[in-house]
Amino acid sequence: MADIAFLLLIFFLVTTSIETDVGLNRLLSPIDTSPPLPYKDKNILLVRVNNNNEILVDNDLVDITDLRKITIAFLDNGGAAPDSGYYCDYCQGERSVSSSENPNKSVISLSSDRETSYAAFITIQNELVGAYNQLRNRESLKLYGVKYTDMESEYMSPQTSKVKKANLKKKMKIIQQRYPQKLSEAEIK
Amino acid sequence: MTKFSTKANGGVPPVSTASLPDIVFMLLFFFMTVTVMKDSTLKVENELPNASEIKKMEKKDRIIYIHVGRPTGKYVEVFGSEPKIQLNDKYADVSDIGTYILDQMGKMPEHLRPYATISLKVDRRTGMGLISDIKQELRKVNALKINYTTYDGDTFANLGKTGKQN
Repeated sequence: MADIAFLLLIFFLVTTSIETDVGLNRLLSPIDTSPPLPYKDKNILLVRVNNNNEILVDNDLVDITDLRKITIAFLDNGGAAPDSGYYCDYCQGERSVSSSENPNKSVISLSSDRETSYAAFITIQNELVGAYNQLRNRESLKLYGVKYTDMESEYMSPQTSKVKKANLKKKMKIIQQRYPQKLSEAEIK
Repeated sequence: MTKFSTKANGGVPPVSTASLPDIVFMLLFFFMTVTVMKDSTLKVENELPNASEIKKMEKKDRIIYIHVGRPTGKYVEVFGSEPKIQLNDKYADVSDIGTYILDQMGKMPEHLRPYATISLKVDRRTGMGLISDIKQELRKVNALKINYTTYDGDTFANLGKTGKQN
């Protein structure tokens, strides 16, 4: 009996593997020929990684550990005037006129060189997504008392019931509208 | 008296193996439940980078994998050490990606096709040029949902390991 079980055990050990199935989800932009929408320069955060894996934000060299802070400051700035129609009443940033007007209007553009290492690129993606998650978590805790990331993982879990999912989706939509993830990966020229 | 003395001199009794099948079966069922069948043998090095803001990919039926990395051991002589793309079981060119994706999507049930996700399993030492080419090919066939598959861990370790930063 034990021999047969051992045989089966060894068979399964050899033919199967424990797979990693986690990662950063991204949505690529479709190829279209229409001209790009006009964005004001102050509403765009240019993040660039060069061949030496150095990070340039709006042409200034920054350290990777500061990137998340810079991104949050940019997204959460809310520089539009209260009477302009784009005023962001939930932003907690500095409201500087030279930075982004509203989270809905701010875009992060990430570009890299051909020789940039993939590892560095992933680290930067991770920090940018982390900045969005941090802001979304803040809003979510304020409105519903739960973290946005927790809601999201509950929504994705197959154990969650349909009714609960619909409920979660509604809440997540509201948070997503407050801080929409506008992160574009530029093509290498 | 001999009866008792033999017992005392017998030393340690042998370990009973009666429970061995039970233990082995338990292990067997453990491995059967937590692992999945390997569908392809890797011909490229595939040490994924770390990330912390990750999401789980719950449903395997809608995932299409693309492996990228340097050829492993014995393939280096033939294919060189530049990063290559592996689709299913063989090396492929950037231009093959479009047909591969459409082929894989065709095999999926129709209601899943809009949710097809491309899992990019890329070795951490690969350059972004190749990735960008792949992304461009994916955009051409309108496969826009991608996942940079990573390990769960400290993301700053990525930069330390490449040895280029600072």
